[in-house]
Amino acid sequence: MAKLLKINGLYAGIEEKELLHGISLEIDKGETHVLMGPNGAGKSTLGHTLMGSPEYEVTGGTIEFDGEDITELGADKRAQKGLFLSFQNPIEIPGISLSAFLRSALEQRTGERIKLMAFQKKLRAAMEVLQMDPEYAERDLNVGFSGGEKKKAEILQLLMLDPRLAILDETDSGLDVDAVKTVSAGVAEYRRENENSLLIITHNTKILESLKVDRTHIIAGGRIVAEGGPELIEDVNKNGFEKYVQAERGEA
Amino acid sequence: MKEKTQVEDINRGFYDFRFEEDEKDMLQSGITPDIIREISEEKNDPQWMREFRLKSLEIYNSTEMPPWGPSIEGLDMSKIVTYIRSKSRMNNQWEDVPQDIKETFERLGIPQAEREKLAGVGAQYDSELVYHNVRREVAEQGVVYTDLESAMYDERYADMIREHFMKLVPPTDHKFAALHGAVWSGGSFVYVPKGVHVDIPLQSYFRLNAQGAGQFEHTLIIVDEGAYLHFIEGCSAPKYYVASLHAGCVELFVAKNATLRYSTIENWSKNMYNLNTKRAIVEEGGKIEWVSGSFGSHVSYLYPMSILHGRGARAEFTGITFAGEGQDLDTGAKVVHAAPETSSYMNTRSISKSGGVNTFRSAVTVNRNAVGSKSSVSCESLMLDSISRSDTIPAMDIRTDDADIGHEAKIGRISDEAVFYLMSRGLSEENAKALIVSGFADNVSKELPLEYAVEMNNLITIEMKGSIG
Repeated sequence: MAKLLKINGLYAGIEEKELLHGISLEIDKGETHVLMGPNGAGKSTLGHTLMGSPEYEVTGGTIEFDGEDITELGADKRAQKGLFLSFQNPIEIPGISLSAFLRSALEQRTGERIKLMAFQKKLRAAMEVLQMDPEYAERDLNVGFSGGEKKKAEILQLLMLDPRLAILDETDSGLDVDAVKTVSAGVAEYRRENENSLLIITHNTKILESLKVDRTHIIAGGRIVAEGGPELIEDVNKNGFEKYVQAERGEA
Repeated sequence: MKEKTQVEDINRGFYDFRFEEDEKDMLQSGITPDIIREISEEKNDPQWMREFRLKSLEIYNSTEMPPWGPSIEGLDMSKIVTYIRSKSRMNNQWEDVPQDIKETFERLGIPQAEREKLAGVGAQYDSELVYHNVRREVAEQGVVYTDLESAMYDERYADMIREHFMKLVPPTDHKFAALHGAVWSGGSFVYVPKGVHVDIPLQSYFRLNAQGAGQFEHTLIIVDEGAYLHFIEGCSAPKYYVASLHAGCVELFVAKNATLRYSTIENWSKNMYNLNTKRAIVEEGGKIEWVSGSFGSHVSYLYPMSILHGRGARAEFTGITFAGEGQDLDTGAKVVHAAPETSSYMNTRSISKSGGVNTFRSAVTVNRNAVGSKSSVSCESLMLDSISRSDTIPAMDIRTDDADIGHEAKIGRISDEAVFYLMSRGLSEENAKALIVSGFADNVSKELPLEYAVEMNNLITIEMKGSIG
């Protein structure tokens, strides 16, 4: 059976500058993967490229999702197939409420009209998991939200859209301990569905404490330099990225 | 290949049908004393109006074109037909309006809107009003809503009109005000007596059907002490291949503690020169609320002005403009604080795309005596591509230290990052852009009169269409 996500020798960059130099990575249904690396290693670039950001150009390799080559697809098509990216810096969109946006996004994903009652019930339940004030549903999307509320709103969208693979880009950065706990509870809720998969991008490990990690990838200088089980996380915690960065320099 | 999309122009197909007019009904083009006399003859003007028109023509001939703003070189005044005889006398029975005119307005949803949402309706077709009607219960409150021409001959209003006509906007104001004074025709006269609260709006609809013509309607509204009125004007014209001109004039008198809300939905065709002048004077404790949606015309010069003349008078201006390909829309608002404790508030949004140009001018004057006054101006512009333009030109003349003045301007492009963010949640590129644009306009567009359902659907709905890039 095909892997849910299969990245084959992916090269990507901005204009003349190549940032990813042949990344290969596979994620199966129901797996939780962690992508770690120092600042500027290419973590966010990979996340955005997987989601189809027009900012990055793919210059080599392919991305397959559920056996289908999605390398040339727009972000909307990828989302409709079940890919999701939680943004490190969610964008403020004035004039549209969080709940109206979620309804519209759900309708576009499913191609069906969403019944208001069922939608509101689901939204309330998800907001409760994330300890969000229900008032936020009627506020303009991310406008004037604190850093923590923005991250919660991202996880709220994750829970509502229920994608097949969620990429969390530094969702834990800038959050206090309590907020990390709340966000982790939301992520755990998403993972309760056995088939759902996760790729967690982080340079910090607090968010991983409540999750069972299947596989860890270390990225440095736009290359995957080490792979292993959850034990890699502990190693990074203890010793930092230095030796991986050295290894990458040696290779390059 | 990536799919590229663009925000499409507002669908105008709806407005672009037109019926042919009879050539014999059109006066000779250009502006001469003979033509002015002919208009006076045709309209059976009282003597003072005949003199007023000729005097205005003299001022017109001795006044220069405005030396600033968008180019109006494409406007050849010698080719503009200033007056078109009406095929019909003014009617107050819809059935009596000539068939082709009736059909035009029916397609625009006018009689339907009247039945459902309005206290009264006036409809002008080219130079003359063809229909005017006001609900009986509103008329019984003493509210007058008629065309200026008949009101001038009604002894109850004749003096009132003579006293107010072109006193706020004198023909000496600028070249097109002088032109208006010479060739004006049609429009509305509204009087709301003391203390009368008109609960549902009155509406005038202006339709310029003939090509190469001008429309010069005059709107004169007097809202007496403590009264309230919401007046809506809608404008449209079919597509022509020759330049047309709209140089209307709106004069609004808001008495002590009265409130007037004046809403405009303007969707002239893309070769219309819209050189319109609007002005309100507000007495003690009174309020003027302007709501303005400008979507059409090739070139617009439009800066409604509020003169806050009495203590505590207030002005609010809410505007949205949408400039597409070939449009140069120079809009804004002016306020003069001429009494203590007056306040003004301007809030505008402009959207430009496909090379459209939006210029927003605000002018706030606070006189020395206007102590304790407040003014706040906020304008935001959104450009949907790199070939469109947006400018903001604020002017302030503050002559007292005791005033609270605020100004905020934001100009931005639609952000690729925001589009990607929304697309990553499953919205198509066109839907993502439409959402950003409508969200941007939301604050202002919700002020537009929803009563005008047919217009709204056509003007606010932004059509999006995909094309392969």
